[in-house]
Amino acid sequence: MEILIYGIVNSMTLALMALGFTLVYGISGLPNFAHGALYIITGFVAWSLIHSLNLPYPIAVILSLLIIGLVGAGIYRLILIRVRGMATSEIIASYAIGLAILEGLRWGGFKGMTYTLPAFIEGSFMVLGVQIDYQRIVVIFMGLGIIGLLWLFTHYNRIGLALRAMAQDERAALMLGIDSDWMAIVAMFLGSVLAGVAAVALLPLGNIVVEAGYNVLIMAIAVCIVGGLGSWVGAILAAFLIGFVQILTVVYIESHFQIVVALLAIIVTLILKPSGLFGRQKELEERV
Amino acid sequence: MNGVEGRKERIDRGIRVRASGLYALSSWKEISYLAVPPLVLIIGLIILPMVVTNMYWQRVISIVGIYALLALSFDFLTHFVGLVSLGGAFYVGVGGYLAAILNTKLGLSPFLTVPLATLGGAVICTLALLPCLPLRGVYFSIVTLMYPLITARVIEALNILGGTDGIVGVASFPNRWVEQYSLFIILLLLLFGLRRLVKLDLGLVFRGVKDNDQAVKASGINITFYKAAAVFVSSGMGCLGGVYLVHIYMWSGISQLALDFSIIPIAATVIGGGGTLVGPVLGAFILVPISELLRAFGTLRIVFYSLILMAFIVFRSEGIMIYAQRKYHQFERWVKI
Repeated sequence: MEILIYGIVNSMTLALMALGFTLVYGISGLPNFAHGALYIITGFVAWSLIHSLNLPYPIAVILSLLIIGLVGAGIYRLILIRVRGMATSEIIASYAIGLAILEGLRWGGFKGMTYTLPAFIEGSFMVLGVQIDYQRIVVIFMGLGIIGLLWLFTHYNRIGLALRAMAQDERAALMLGIDSDWMAIVAMFLGSVLAGVAAVALLPLGNIVVEAGYNVLIMAIAVCIVGGLGSWVGAILAAFLIGFVQILTVVYIESHFQIVVALLAIIVTLILKPSGLFGRQKELEERV
Repeated sequence: MNGVEGRKERIDRGIRVRASGLYALSSWKEISYLAVPPLVLIIGLIILPMVVTNMYWQRVISIVGIYALLALSFDFLTHFVGLVSLGGAFYVGVGGYLAAILNTKLGLSPFLTVPLATLGGAVICTLALLPCLPLRGVYFSIVTLMYPLITARVIEALNILGGTDGIVGVASFPNRWVEQYSLFIILLLLLFGLRRLVKLDLGLVFRGVKDNDQAVKASGINITFYKAAAVFVSSGMGCLGGVYLVHIYMWSGISQLALDFSIIPIAATVIGGGGTLVGPVLGAFILVPISELLRAFGTLRIVFYSLILMAFIVFRSEGIMIYAQRKYHQFERWVKI
């Protein structure tokens, strides 16, 4: 029973981490290696808003989501748009940005145990004989809510439809009058906001540490690759797959291997089936 | 050029044309035109260990040499074979650990561990990367990025190879002259050797694999074999860097799998100019001392070189060396359209 419940929580955590990454990749083809950095910045922005400006928690969260969205869009508009389409340059440039942000935060003194975000609801209760705190329940419902909202947004909203059109065929979308650069900026904005949502939902479970940024990036990449880059359904299913395997590893082997599982999943998936479990078939583009 | 419609035209210098064939031997001017740039590099590398007297900076130039090797290896694999490996640290780690084991367990001297660990490490790396060789582009980059991470985590989790403490008590080189001159001589040999290699038929196949692997495959050439050969050469250089690192620090540990060894060579290649082979070496000689100067600022130096890397890749993606070569070989003039 514990395995089931913590497996679901862990899977939702992974799904939240990965959604932003897969959204950006699916729409503009940008592997956003600054994803983990955006996640951590949200935590620090929210922390600063609460503790230096003394804003109430909900307002601080909404403001920090907005800020992180603008930061992401700004990074894209000012820097990454110039290397658009050059896959290697995109990876190196976005990774360099992420590294600069994370190490800059570390230099700025954000380390140690002092930085925590408050939980939405404190306390814990019993489900089917397993103790679980409210924040983890919030994570599950937030994950479901975000997935639902994204589905609605991309099916019943003009911008969402345009984003989907971009993801399917950029040239055709251009011919229909969709501004692909603008849509890529919107995608980056949304992706950053999703990273921020993951941060405000997950960070209350622990401390805000810079290392978490790297782990979030690795987890997001693992989920996206196993699920197939750019496929949202695949990402969610892969999150459940990796989530449960990780919990099983913790229970039956050792907790050290949790991240090894994710890394192994990446390597094995890429070697056996690079387009992922649910990726679109592009055999020739990805392997010879 | 106020008001006049014009564009810049680049023309080869006359001396370049004259020096391109056997006629280069016709006068000292042409000979020196060809010979001075490589001689500057060679003599500079020979003089460098002599003029640096400060103990700390002597250590730094050894480290620079190692990073130059790594950058050279990255440049070769990226710009001549088209495999963008973001996992340079994996090579360093494999070479380093192998050298440490050979030295401490079998008691071999550094002169034996250098060739043995280099070749053995290259074999191990090639075998480890063999399954991912069919991958292209981003997929290969991501998978190689994961190799050093997973190796470090496995060593941590299983507590093998000394675990988080690493392997201590590795022998050092007899003295710093041996250390630095052997490193620089190997670096020069590899640099000029690779320059020759990419001009051979083998290099042509490599570039074919980079530009259009389907066409190479259609010509009946086994591209996986050639990719493996290129990875062998490149990872061998990375392992060599790792071996030197271990013998210089007399210690081998997880930090040899750290991202530094993947990122700094890439930054050096981008700054120096990819695809020139000499550019990455130059880039390492610029970047590493700067990053050493910034060591007092702690992690700020990582911020600093990632920002340089980003700025170069976004705004000046050609790098210093390509710019310098263009200025050396060509002149520009305005022409009316």
